[in-house]
Amino acid sequence: METVLVLGATSDIGIAIAKKFASEKYNIQLAARKPELLGPLQSDIQIRYNVECSVYAFDALIFHSHSMFFETLSPKPETTICIFGTMDDEEDAFNNWSLTQRMIDTNYTGAVSILNIAARSYLKNKKGTIIGISSVAGDRGRASKMIYGSSKAAFNAYLAGLRNKCFKDNVHVMTVKPGFVYTRMTENMELPALLTSTPAYLADVVYNGFARKKNVIYIKWFWRYIMLIIKSIPEFQFKKMKL
Amino acid sequence: MKKQIANWGNYPAMEADEESFVFEEQLDALVDKDVSFITRGNGRCYGDASLSERTISTLKFDKILSFDTENGVFECQSGITLDQVLNVIVPKGWFLPVTPGTKFITIGGALASDVHGKNHHVDGSISNHVVEFDLVLASKEQLTCSKENHPDLFEATLGGMGLTGVISRVKLRLKKIETAFIRQKQIKAANLQELIGLFEEYKDYTYSVAWIDCLKKGEHFGRSILMLGEHAKLDEIPPDQRPDALKLPAKKQITFPINMPSWVLNSLTVKSFNFLYYAKNFKKEINNIVSYEPFFYPLDAILHWNRLYGKSGFVQYQFVLPLSEKKGLIEILNRIADEGLGSFLAVLKVFGNQESMISFPKEGYTLALDFPVRKGLLEFLDELDEFVLKYDGRLYMSKDARMKPALLEAGYPGLKQFKSIIKKYNPGNKIRSVQSDRLLLTADS
Ligand SMILES: Cc1cc2nc3c(=O)[nH]c(=O)nc-3n(C[C@H](O)[C@H](O)[C@H](O)COP(=O)(O)OP(=O)(O)OC[C@H]3O[C@@H](n4cnc5c(N)ncnc54)[C@H](O)[C@@H]3O)c2cc1C
Ligand SMILES: NC(=O)c1ccc[n+]([C@@H]2O[C@H](COP(=O)([O-])OP(=O)(O)OC[C@H]3O[C@@H](n4cnc5c(N)ncnc54)[C@H](OP(=O)(O)O)[C@@H]3O)[C@@H](O)[C@H]2O)c1
Repeated sequence: METVLVLGATSDIGIAIAKKFASEKYNIQLAARKPELLGPLQSDIQIRYNVECSVYAFDALIFHSHSMFFETLSPKPETTICIFGTMDDEEDAFNNWSLTQRMIDTNYTGAVSILNIAARSYLKNKKGTIIGISSVAGDRGRASKMIYGSSKAAFNAYLAGLRNKCFKDNVHVMTVKPGFVYTRMTENMELPALLTSTPAYLADVVYNGFARKKNVIYIKWFWRYIMLIIKSIPEFQFKKMKL
Repeated sequence: MKKQIANWGNYPAMEADEESFVFEEQLDALVDKDVSFITRGNGRCYGDASLSERTISTLKFDKILSFDTENGVFECQSGITLDQVLNVIVPKGWFLPVTPGTKFITIGGALASDVHGKNHHVDGSISNHVVEFDLVLASKEQLTCSKENHPDLFEATLGGMGLTGVISRVKLRLKKIETAFIRQKQIKAANLQELIGLFEEYKDYTYSVAWIDCLKKGEHFGRSILMLGEHAKLDEIPPDQRPDALKLPAKKQITFPINMPSWVLNSLTVKSFNFLYYAKNFKKEINNIVSYEPFFYPLDAILHWNRLYGKSGFVQYQFVLPLSEKKGLIEILNRIADEGLGSFLAVLKVFGNQESMISFPKEGYTLALDFPVRKGLLEFLDELDEFVLKYDGRLYMSKDARMKPALLEAGYPGLKQFKSIIKKYNPGNKIRSVQSDRLLLTADS
């Protein structure tokens, strides 16, 4: 049985993805900065799906700990899924460098730090899959998601580069761009039901994309076309819009 | 964020803030907020028990904590639904000790309503099978309750409609099964007299329940089908099924997407009943082996069948009368047939002996039926309440959306004690629902 590493396992999306892969008979490694919260999820996965499940401490912001973290994983996961991320209030972040920096360092720098390590190990073995949960917010910069969106845009570019770099060595990289998802991150936001997915739905789509070795997936699928339209608006017009 | 919520009867509906939690520390923070709330499971009670301007949903708190497959002891967080529990325990040869007529309720909701099943006369209600649970009080303090530890809270929480605190962790004893099948017997009864005789004759059956056609009068008054069942033993199922004896039934589900006018429902239920009753191949008695799903959860295959009742919703009326009050049962059924406001089917079951502080079941006949909300209904139900009162009965809070406090008080001798326990553990009524306010259980004084 292969093993999947879930980075950011305390998130609603992380939990759903861990359960989905477990239900498809993958052993699961749960990693989060508060591993003490993960006991119930660990027993749940073991009992429901009859697979192995272990828990690791991982903090995306403590970059220097990442290689040690990856070192201690046993066994080495064949698949690494990067889910952690933060989204602070944009106005607060604009006025407060530490918030801006934390968003960039979590969503981009931290992700690059750990995924470089995973990718090196996969390239060596000529086998492995990396999945990054990014966001449609990275497809075009706009005022209401300026910092968050730019950190995800950087993450998108990184994943695309990594996919290119690793392709010839049989290492696959998949970029996941969710639109809206009902999670803790969005609990207090009014979301349009048609455009919003549940974590369980997202996990199903991620799994199917993984099984079919997709490169870039949007969730729900029509976000691809919504973003295509948004990207096609000329900048001189776009800059005047309230978005 | 405000959203429109209602329970299974779609009556009443209201705007509410719904908050959820995945981890215990998040629950503590929610309870700690200075705004009153009620705990909400899967919203399968019919009326207003889990409604309030602020609800704390347990649905994301749904992890399995341990499962001793040798001894059948199951430990989980309270927001897991019975459906998910069955998926895990049935393949290992275990079953829920008690199950209501739907598997889409949470374990927390099962305890808070102290639910009963078709086996009440043999196995009692779910409270009989609870080893212990953790309860987060209004003060945020967490207590482990069992028959030995905090017995007052243990008893008041089982059937206490969420008013003592938030049930967070539950440990249950399961029932051993050899197969996922039920050996079923269905018997037609020409009238109520015959049905009551049959209940008596077959009281040793673990599961029993009857569907009554409420429209028949005179000689055929109480025309009905009695449904009996036992968990099938391995040697009772066809040999070709034996290797997969514990396999889960295949999931087939239809969803009702829209609200229907209520006449659709009545003509549908009448048609299906008549079909069953008069179908040529339906002899006086049928014996067969069926999967547990259609036996326990006949309506679950149609998700959201409640929408059949239309936009204004419906009320379910469920009462229990002592065994000695058959007369009362007949009077009420007659009254319902005369009025013609109800669904044409009623569900009848016999409860065994049970003494508890605030749980619904007590020895007697319990009858449940649905009434679409329309003009004159509330007045009519008030009238039925008079019969229930006269014959020393009580109503089920989990189905209720409209009873008066006086009926609750008359029907539940343990109410005084229950109120004093809520006062002690839920001072200031931080935990309160539309129902508890209506029934003056959490009224400010
Ligand atoms: C089709 C159908 C058939 C049914 N058949 C039966 C039957 O045969 N027998 C029977 O007994 N009932 C039956 N019921 C009723 C149902 O079993 C109960 O109403 C049950 O309590 C619903 O659970 P829920 O998880 O949906 O909770 P909700 O409906 O959301 O809440 C019900 C009550 O439980 C409380 N509650 C929920 N979770 C918690 C918690 N974690 N801690 C504290 N309080 C909590 C709520 O505050 C509320 O008072 C049936 C309902 C339906 C829709
Ligand atoms: N919800 C949406 O609408 C949406 C849309 C598009 C993309 N996404 C992306 O989906 C991913 C998951 O988000 P979510 O919606 O499930 O929200 P969430 O519940 O808030 O999840 C964020 C997760 O990131 C973790 N995290 C934050 N900082 C960390 C750090 N320094 N080290 C380790 N873990 C850290 C959090 O851990 P703690 O539990 O310890 O805080 C949490 O598990 C994010 O990358 C998000 O950008 C979400």
